[in-house]
Amino acid sequence: MESASLTSEDLAAGGGLLHRRTLLSGGLLALGAAKAVQAQTVGSQSIGAVSPPTMTTPGAPFSAYGVPSHWRAGVKRVIQAAPGRTGTGVSRTPLEQMEGTLTAAGLHFERHHNGVPDIAPDKHTLTIYGLVKRPLTFSLDTLMRYPMESHIRFVECAGNSGGLTAPQPAQVTAGVIHGLLSGSEWTGVPLAILLQEAGVDPRAKWILAEGADAAGMSRSVPLWKAMQDAMIALYQNGEAIRPEQGFPMRLLLPGFQGNTNVKWLRRLKLIQTPMFTKDETSRYTELMPDGKAREFMLQMGVKSVITRPSFGLTMQGPGVYEISGLAWSGGGRIAKVEVSADGGKSWAQAALGETILPRALSRFRLPWMWSGEPALLLSRATDEKGERQPTRAQWLARYAPGQTYHFNGITAWQVQASGQVSHAYA
Amino acid sequence: MPMRSALIASMALAAALVSAAWAGGIPSPNLGQTPSAQHLADIDISIPPDGNGLPGGSGSVAQGAAVFTAKCQSCHGAAGVGGPNDRLTGGIGSLATPKPIKTVASFWPYATTVFDYIRRAMPITAPQSLTNDETYALTAYLLSVDGIVPRDAVLDAKSLPQVKMPNRDGFVSWAMREQAAGGH
Repeated sequence: MESASLTSEDLAAGGGLLHRRTLLSGGLLALGAAKAVQAQTVGSQSIGAVSPPTMTTPGAPFSAYGVPSHWRAGVKRVIQAAPGRTGTGVSRTPLEQMEGTLTAAGLHFERHHNGVPDIAPDKHTLTIYGLVKRPLTFSLDTLMRYPMESHIRFVECAGNSGGLTAPQPAQVTAGVIHGLLSGSEWTGVPLAILLQEAGVDPRAKWILAEGADAAGMSRSVPLWKAMQDAMIALYQNGEAIRPEQGFPMRLLLPGFQGNTNVKWLRRLKLIQTPMFTKDETSRYTELMPDGKAREFMLQMGVKSVITRPSFGLTMQGPGVYEISGLAWSGGGRIAKVEVSADGGKSWAQAALGETILPRALSRFRLPWMWSGEPALLLSRATDEKGERQPTRAQWLARYAPGQTYHFNGITAWQVQASGQVSHAYA
Repeated sequence: MPMRSALIASMALAAALVSAAWAGGIPSPNLGQTPSAQHLADIDISIPPDGNGLPGGSGSVAQGAAVFTAKCQSCHGAAGVGGPNDRLTGGIGSLATPKPIKTVASFWPYATTVFDYIRRAMPITAPQSLTNDETYALTAYLLSVDGIVPRDAVLDAKSLPQVKMPNRDGFVSWAMREQAAGGH
């Protein structure tokens, strides 16, 4: 491809990374060179003879609930169930096959501890009790009458990206490594309103949240978070929350470990000290090199990953490409994403979407002139608190061997001269 | 300390948000119903480290061994090792080594959590089917494998919270520290 329209001023970093505001106009100029041919028909001809078949026959009827194109039937969650189980384990979002910042509800990652319960909404209640002045029980119908808020937020499993702690880079997709991550618009009732109605006893500092699933999933969360931005979420991307996401209601704690966002929420007990449930003791702690484990490290770190190009996608020859990826932080808004095409020797700042929301997925993009030579692509995000994504080696050095939760080190993709993209450690 | 100031800021923000929602004197809907005492008793199944809420009943190591063989071994292996699912025993003293082994015995800080989790979630094919006696017995058996309780132990509401797990002091917590420092 001709790159004469680019000048050295367009280069933002090594390996052909272009400035994020570079205007790509060469392709349009090239089109102008094509010779115009006038369509000509005579009276005995119809234009249908040369049109695509979809223009010459009526299309399919309406559908009461639309589904993705059958041409995209291969875009699926990647399921990994526990041995001998069908509903215990995870399914991951195929991040590399998606764009934008919202996850289709049917592709939102799943983490279930004993299957997806089928809860009749008119039988389900949420009870708030413990250290409150007035214990209260809410039906779904009553919650529907409360003022609601809508917020775009990510949910990320505490175990997401843990595969990067393996000694060798796994040759799997971005979704398989990082797909315990999804972004949605959540709508529901701010928990602070319900707690205010119940009247919080000043001794209460924590809340035990429990789901109505066959694992009785339960977690302790600090009261300050419940008051700050917690929501009893009822809707996801405009429709009732899917069963896999907690129908009829889930706790949403933006930026906190996915596991604390308890699905199928049935009770909230206000307590003085944590309950020390299974998932906050055996799981989701940070084992340090001295053998001590840090517990209640609830906020997810700052992270980014390039989704295009990434493992499994093949380059189509030298030329201009867009590098595209996701960045997010449990600490707030993404402030900056930098991209390197030379394994971290030089970095260029990527463009971010027009609206950068706190604790939401942000899309970053950067134009890249690929020469056809091998390139090592990295991204690193910085959030508004100044927290920056560590390298993989820096992250590993902080923790005990075998620690996998809360991995937020840099991911590297090796673009080979053949155009194949593999997973690498940089 | 940044976390402390963040906590204070977030509490202030929460107060502002709630008052903003009701600016102009809009009354809160107040549609919650008062739950019955029976409902509160039925749902209040969590057991904290002090054992508050533990039910009546008791179970011995020997009784637990029989229940384990019948209902747990196929997933967790003999004596809690070597099955297809989570390893439950052994690994004590391994946490600061190059190969940490996290099990109930080596890692979990409280025996109450063992009782709580078995009672609410196990066995995975029939959760909440075990009697309180069976749950006490299973807890006793699991802890006996590594000598955390003696072979003739009988656990009940009184003795269970007194069990000291080997890794009881193996945790550090920013959230707990913040609470102690700031009294939030």
